[in-house]
Amino acid sequence: MILDGKCPTGPIEKSWDKHRFDLKLVNPANKRKYNIIVVGTGLAGGAAAASLGELGYNVQAFCYQDSPRRAHSIAAQGGINAAKNYPSDGDSILRLMYDTIKGGDFRAREADVWRLSQVSNNIIDQCVAQGVPFGRDYAGYLDNRSFGGAQVSRTFYSRGETGQQLLLGAYSALSRQIKLGSVKMYNRREMLDLVVVDGVARGITCRNLITGALESYAADAVCLCTGGYVNVFYLSTNAKGCSVTATWKAAKKGAFFANPCYTQIHPTCIPQAGEYQSKLTLMSESLRNDGRIWVPKKKEDVGKRPEQIPEEDRDYYLERKYPSFGNLAPRDISSRSAKEQCDEGRGVGPGGRGVYLDYADSIKRLSEKVICERYGNLFEMYERITDDNAYKTPMRIYPAPHYAMGGLWVDYNLMSNVPGLFVLGEANFSVHGANRLGASALMQGLSDGYFVIPYTIGGYLATVKPGGTNTDHAEFKKSAEDVNSTTNKLLSINGKKTVTEFHRDLGKIMWNNVGMARSKESLTEAIKQIPVLRDEFWKNLKVTGTGAELNQQLENAGRVADFLEFGELMARDSLHREESCGGHFRVEHQLPDGEAMRNDADFSYVGAWEFKGVGKEPELHKEPLKFETIHLAVRSYK
Amino acid sequence: MSEHKTMTLTLIVWRQKNANDPGKFETYTAKEITEHHSFLEMLDVVNEDLINTGKEPIVFDHDCREGICGMCSQVINGAPHGGQDRTTVCQLHMRKFKDGDTIYIEPWRARAFPIVKDLIVDRAALDTIIQAGGYTSCHTGGVPDGNTIMIPKPIAEEATDAAECIGCGACVAGCPNGAAMLFTGAKVSQLALLPQGRPEAAARVKNMTEAMKECGFGNCTNHYECQVACPKGVNVKFIARMNREFLKAQFA
Repeated sequence: MILDGKCPTGPIEKSWDKHRFDLKLVNPANKRKYNIIVVGTGLAGGAAAASLGELGYNVQAFCYQDSPRRAHSIAAQGGINAAKNYPSDGDSILRLMYDTIKGGDFRAREADVWRLSQVSNNIIDQCVAQGVPFGRDYAGYLDNRSFGGAQVSRTFYSRGETGQQLLLGAYSALSRQIKLGSVKMYNRREMLDLVVVDGVARGITCRNLITGALESYAADAVCLCTGGYVNVFYLSTNAKGCSVTATWKAAKKGAFFANPCYTQIHPTCIPQAGEYQSKLTLMSESLRNDGRIWVPKKKEDVGKRPEQIPEEDRDYYLERKYPSFGNLAPRDISSRSAKEQCDEGRGVGPGGRGVYLDYADSIKRLSEKVICERYGNLFEMYERITDDNAYKTPMRIYPAPHYAMGGLWVDYNLMSNVPGLFVLGEANFSVHGANRLGASALMQGLSDGYFVIPYTIGGYLATVKPGGTNTDHAEFKKSAEDVNSTTNKLLSINGKKTVTEFHRDLGKIMWNNVGMARSKESLTEAIKQIPVLRDEFWKNLKVTGTGAELNQQLENAGRVADFLEFGELMARDSLHREESCGGHFRVEHQLPDGEAMRNDADFSYVGAWEFKGVGKEPELHKEPLKFETIHLAVRSYK
Repeated sequence: MSEHKTMTLTLIVWRQKNANDPGKFETYTAKEITEHHSFLEMLDVVNEDLINTGKEPIVFDHDCREGICGMCSQVINGAPHGGQDRTTVCQLHMRKFKDGDTIYIEPWRARAFPIVKDLIVDRAALDTIIQAGGYTSCHTGGVPDGNTIMIPKPIAEEATDAAECIGCGACVAGCPNGAAMLFTGAKVSQLALLPQGRPEAAARVKNMTEAMKECGFGNCTNHYECQVACPKGVNVKFIARMNREFLKAQFA
């Protein structure tokens, strides 16, 4: 099937305005008759629930945490992009669009990226009005910093905790609607199934994580705002509860999963210290503004202390390879370069898996006080984890799985191929192409939640009768029975291996074979190994306790069961995409200098997969990508 | 780094099946722990042992494991989050302990935070306080350009200091009165300091302090334990600011 993104036609500058005008409206008195479910309360979900509630819809919002304020958007550190051009350094909506399309290695949809760039400015205004404390200059105006993949300063920030402040802004808007009664909030609920009636999304089945009870909720539209899937690697920068479960359940009910092979490995994370490790911690990309990345030139120096290695024996490899972007090269390029240095035997720290991020020059230039003002909390976090003082000795960093550009396929209205199912934020595939630029995730989450879905969902709801179904429908009963039988199965295996052991095993398969450098051999190996592990899981898993209580082992078992199915799809997508682009690097497809080699003639499309059963080959559907505003070119940051 | 010597620790952990169970302490041994384990990774190791011997693992709240989501909540040897300055449980590392130590682990204990299971408590009361007024009532869209609102840098910085709160509830757990004054004071102050928050300042402080009382939180008697417990270093001066705002609101 050839998928249609339903993008507006005509001049790109007018595309979103024209589309908004063309969308049907729901009149204010009718809005309250429509129920909308929002799953997930991060930037996308929190902003969507608050804005839809304010418009007058009946919103039911769900999160697995004990409060909507805890979604993992909160952990984003560095900042949020906008095309305000406050510093007058040459920025514009078109340039933000250009940087995003190029940064994504020409695998995103132009119209979506234009819209994102256009509304980026509204986001900053909205957050300021909410009382988000952005960084200010001495005149009292909003301050900007630079981020990877751009030559202008367009990143707004709040210390090293921008995600926290933006999320608390959305949470406060959401809290206001909860108080007003337009949003009903359900905490500690995990969505375990999408209910589809006659081909239309009509509700969800949830597990109440406190009591274990299964609950059904019906609505006229369902919005999934459930984040990304990089915990498939086990170790990642995501929160422990992040999973593919919500989007994978939707995929099993017919929603197409697009570009799962596009995963972002973030270059600046604290290296793994041991086998017991439960997660990896990110050090914000903003650190690359003032830090210089290097490894010893000579292999024999890797065991020395960094201060014992003289300047002439250090290789500032990003500055050497990419002089015009230097330490601010995009994430995929920076990560791969770090891996290359370590593969050559020049990595530092345990296992030779690390590179230095050095502040000595900046401290000399700006003073320790200024560096502390800019990054104090990050240096402190680094010291907690490593016991090293980064003001005195360089940080050690290594790439780690961080973000999923792939996600459920959506059209320009953020609606999946299942009518009534909308997908927002990291959970969809739409704007980042094959690689996301720094400070763009927050922008997308808030753009989708505050400024896109409030318009586009109306266009859909205006075409359907409100209250079309309720939870008495047979499909709700069947869904609850299915979830219940899976739960009972997980509890009754009574094998010998814990959920964590299985997750760790899957993570190793994924990281070694579907990680930063992929090959036909490694991917074929993954496709062979994952089903074997999955079979073992269903025969040898051990979960204690029952389903009728708070049971964290059971929660995790369900999530790992989904990762064991999804991981295979990710490997298949990677194998099918015979090119290198952005975060997807196939060793067979590289230029003589080791840079990614795209194949625009054969792969300039979105690959959206239709689930056909566990262990069965999924079916590929394509949405061709057209580049009319930003012309296809080889991406160069040299 | 794997060659580092390991520690063996005795854990005395609060176990409680559900809200109605009286609960009791149980003793466990944590083996093969290195200085690089985080506190929660140490508990992971203990839990894997428990599961492998067919016992129920210790249940505790956690999510981001990088000190920002505010989910983790344990009182360790009597101190919320373990007593290391500006550190959540998930960022506390085992290098702060020595081989042979005995460690007491309990949930937050406060009237407004009923225990759900083991180390997990119900903190919905904190959401209730925010819902009472911890926002500006701006609409989505229809707001002016961000730079039309100028904010002096020192004011913006002070508002950010208040906004550092992660809503974990350690301030309540540390307070002998089980008060949420630091939590509420931080939000009231953040918005009172900023021009965007001024129009609703009086109603906000009244409504939020009222919600605080209704949720069963105690009052402040200047012990400053909240500031010591706070993993984000939120300063008690924000309680003083809230009190000033409260007083001003009486005449507004």
